[in-house]
Amino acid sequence: MSDYDVVIVGAGQAGAQAAIALRQLRYRGTIALIGDELELPYERPPLTKAYLAGEKSFDRLLIRPSAFWQEKAVDLRPGCRIVAVDPGARQVTAADGTTIGYRHLVWATGGAARRLDCPGAALARVHSLRSRADVDRLAQELPAARQVVVIGGGYIGLEAAAVLVGAGKQVTLIEAQQQVLARMSGTMLARFLEAEHRSHGVALRLGTEVRCIEGRDGAACGVRLGTGELLPADVVIVGVGIVPAVAPLLAAGAHGGTGVEVDAVCRTSLPDVYAIGDCATHANAFAEGARIRLESVQNANDMAGTVARAIVGVAHPYYAVPWFWSNQYDLRLQTVGLAAGHDLAVLRGTTAARSFSVIYLRQGRVIALDCVNATKDYVQGRKLVESGIEVRSDLLADTSVPLSQALQSDGILPTRAA
Amino acid sequence: MASLIVTTRDGATRPLPADAGLSVMEVIRDNGIDELLAACGGSLSCATCHVIVDPAQALTLPPPSEAERELLDGLDQVAPTSRLGCQIAFDERLDGLHVTIAPES
Repeated sequence: MSDYDVVIVGAGQAGAQAAIALRQLRYRGTIALIGDELELPYERPPLTKAYLAGEKSFDRLLIRPSAFWQEKAVDLRPGCRIVAVDPGARQVTAADGTTIGYRHLVWATGGAARRLDCPGAALARVHSLRSRADVDRLAQELPAARQVVVIGGGYIGLEAAAVLVGAGKQVTLIEAQQQVLARMSGTMLARFLEAEHRSHGVALRLGTEVRCIEGRDGAACGVRLGTGELLPADVVIVGVGIVPAVAPLLAAGAHGGTGVEVDAVCRTSLPDVYAIGDCATHANAFAEGARIRLESVQNANDMAGTVARAIVGVAHPYYAVPWFWSNQYDLRLQTVGLAAGHDLAVLRGTTAARSFSVIYLRQGRVIALDCVNATKDYVQGRKLVESGIEVRSDLLADTSVPLSQALQSDGILPTRAA
Repeated sequence: MASLIVTTRDGATRPLPADAGLSVMEVIRDNGIDELLAACGGSLSCATCHVIVDPAQALTLPPPSEAERELLDGLDQVAPTSRLGCQIAFDERLDGLHVTIAPES
């Protein structure tokens, strides 16, 4: 058995950044960073973008080079899956039975790719895209694959479809809802992206249920739809979200459900046990205080900072404007804020120009923007979201007026730019 | 090997061995300097790899793209030769380029 002052379970963005932040705050205690993958900590977003496209080698995805962790005395424990937490004895247990003691435990496990629960979901050539190993397995099969079926019209599915159609594959994307990105965005952005994917040759099947994945000799050969229709497939990609990996914490008595509940400084209900990143259900100031989980690099990094400050004794509450990005084809999508619960969506610019923003408001205040090839709107709109001040919504659509002029403060109405 | 000269936030200046093909952000990160968050990993979606290029050398670089300029415009403190480190592709011709890591915003 070994003991550490801080044990971080999960060596993804949140866990790695927590270790980095602790050392940046000059924390001198011992730190273990435990991950169930064999890799050094790496960035996941490029997995479905530049890495899948073969434009970036894995080395360039590393959050820090190998020597960094040694230099900073962060003890990496790769290939180690934690299966149990004992908050009384202050120790965690790995799958091989090893126990590791802690003074502070940071749970940063993210989640596992959600699998389909239909027949055929476990066949060979059915892929999730959550880890490097997932993408490498897919990449091995791609040269011989002609027809690809992507199940799920979220960011993972859309990004993968864009890369694969760019690689010359015949791609069909199936989405159960009537639009892509149904969970996070409004219909204006969805309709635009759907048209883009279609124009690049992706066959989109919206409002379409999957009945099962058909196999031959243990490998997927097609996707059977609810209507009975069969879509032939050489490989199937499943991008239907994640299941937060919180079972050991919940079994130890931590409050939670789909994720684990944390307070304003990322503490769970267990003593000296924190949770950060994708798996942490928290009250978010940019969701009107609603308890949500956020699956993003922003949330992982900012919660890592929150937990590090709490551990070194300078706690202050998590407060960070959500932001997110995606790249599909030559489209740079940048999102700031959270659109859920908007009562008005304003289109700024035209989708035909392939440079526009969708601005989401609730009760006269900007709560989010989806910006497509419109970085200036993203930068200025971010300030609108952060300020929470009422805006002149009639000015938002007018591209001759910078967004920074839409603030309606002190009763002075903004004027049109000269 | 070519080198990139970096001034860190404590004012210290040192040369870093720099591989062609990497960005200035990657060269700094891979040499163990832990001052750039580089949150988006170099995909031009944040502005957390802000560096200031030695004014005498700024014109030797290809100019920033519109999107880079717009991200820089969103920073509270920006110098005339501010750049995003992820957008400067390092190559042999940039041997001796000197950048200063911008103060934390």
